[in-house]
Amino acid sequence: MDLYLPIAEMSVNALVIILLGGGVGFLSGMFGVGGGFLTTPLLIFYGIPPAVAVASSATQITGASVSGALAYWRRGQVDLKMGGVLVAGGVIGAGIGQIIFRALQKIGQIDVAINIIYVLFLGGIGSLMLKEALGALRRARVIAAGGSAPPVRTRRHMPLVAALPGKMRFYKSGLYISPLAPLLLGALVGVLTVIMGIGGGFIMVPAMLYVLGMSASVVVGTSLFQIIFVTAATTMLHATSSRSVDIVLALLLLLGGVAGAQLGVRAAQRLAPERLRLALALIVLAVAARLLIGLTWTPASLYALYPSQ
Amino acid sequence: MKRLGLSRLAPVWLAAAPLLLAAAPTTLITDISQSRIDINTTFKGADLLVFGAIQYPAGAVPDAPPDIAVVVRGPAEPVTLRKKARVAGIWLNTDAVRFESVPGFYAVATTRPIADLADSRTTAIYEIGIRNLQLSPASAASDAETRAFEQGLIALKQQRGLFQEVAGGVTMTRNVLYRARIAIPAAVPVGDYTAEIHLIRKGRVIASSSTPISIGKSGFERWIYVAAQDHSVAYGLAAVALALFAGWIASLVTRRG
Repeated sequence: MDLYLPIAEMSVNALVIILLGGGVGFLSGMFGVGGGFLTTPLLIFYGIPPAVAVASSATQITGASVSGALAYWRRGQVDLKMGGVLVAGGVIGAGIGQIIFRALQKIGQIDVAINIIYVLFLGGIGSLMLKEALGALRRARVIAAGGSAPPVRTRRHMPLVAALPGKMRFYKSGLYISPLAPLLLGALVGVLTVIMGIGGGFIMVPAMLYVLGMSASVVVGTSLFQIIFVTAATTMLHATSSRSVDIVLALLLLLGGVAGAQLGVRAAQRLAPERLRLALALIVLAVAARLLIGLTWTPASLYALYPSQ
Repeated sequence: MKRLGLSRLAPVWLAAAPLLLAAAPTTLITDISQSRIDINTTFKGADLLVFGAIQYPAGAVPDAPPDIAVVVRGPAEPVTLRKKARVAGIWLNTDAVRFESVPGFYAVATTRPIADLADSRTTAIYEIGIRNLQLSPASAASDAETRAFEQGLIALKQQRGLFQEVAGGVTMTRNVLYRARIAIPAAVPVGDYTAEIHLIRKGRVIASSSTPISIGKSGFERWIYVAAQDHSVAYGLAAVALALFAGWIASLVTRRG
């Protein structure tokens, strides 16, 4: 079923896009991540212009995060105060990201920059996740063998965070820290949301746990809460400056994503969490490797065409 | 004697001149299958049929087949072509050349290979053939480098079906009727197009005609595009609202399930 996308200005197979959204939705339902880090590169592989892929994927993530955030909200697992600070940081970051995005577009390096940032982040976080998942599997095996597991190192939050001035109480997160820490974290993820077209959950969640030291029960809900607002702000920024949000593309992705997520959640209940994390780590590393190949192998065409401003 | 006879006939020649001039030029009558191509939701590209007849003076159809070149071109725009080079193992965009007037679409169909139609000066003047397009590169680079960029640009455009050259793409019937089918790809840019038809005989263009074509988004596609361009804030808000609504619906379904 061919469909002409009004903003991407190309004809796509709607079924392929819906299946792509469904596949990513399946993974996001399974692993509890937004999946933007997969959607954007997959759309670019398919031939969607990178600027449109990044912008429309941000729109799709807004929709995909709503159902998850609502579920956590009903169970009282969203820290509104923390979420508010993160959103404020995120919006500032999105503004900074937009300036960087435009500057890179101007010097003609946006495609390469998107790829390099993806390789660095996916490679780094994928390796950390792989290490963590393998460690967890080993511990599980030791326990299964009847031995006593080596203790997991625990720490509230990074010493640097404690050194920041002006502390504030975040009751639900169980924290008494400076709001500057989540503000900076939010801003960093906001920059990445604009440039990479991701929600940033896969950076935000570990950072909330290990950098801020938030209590685990509110981490995912609060992360989803902030993703909704930051991706919505990102959609607005892209819509008003680069005009590259393709509403039809975003809707197709959502259509598949909603169904896929349901299947993913069900599949996740039959698998051990350590194995799930291992599988996610491998997928993240595979995407990073594919992008690295694209950056380093001799391209089919040395030339690329850009409209002149 | 002969000279005298001719000069005596001169007034007759002069009197007949306007008549002869009116009848002398060969003219082209052209029509196209669609003067407007609509890009709608199901647009997968289109076939444009350019056809017509050659009107010879006094209906004298020659025995030798005439040559026809059909040129369909879209709006010209400035583009920047960037070339990748390996920097520290990574392929980066390094050099760039700006071309001032690159047609968004250019297709030429001819009865015979372009080199056989006319000399290179003539084909260059009428911009018949992709190599004869005046792309106006603006750069300080050497001629060889500029040519390499030009070839890169042409290769990219050809790959996307946006530059086409079809020798033998024009079929003639009884040396009078001609027709050519031009494939318009799905990725065609919107705007005002022209179809130019040139009649070539003995290496000279003896008649030309031109017909406008407009390619534009229609219906839903147009509505979305115009909204995104002219009402970007409302468009952005609508995109966010739509995404939130879809997520909310999904959440209702999940709760029931």
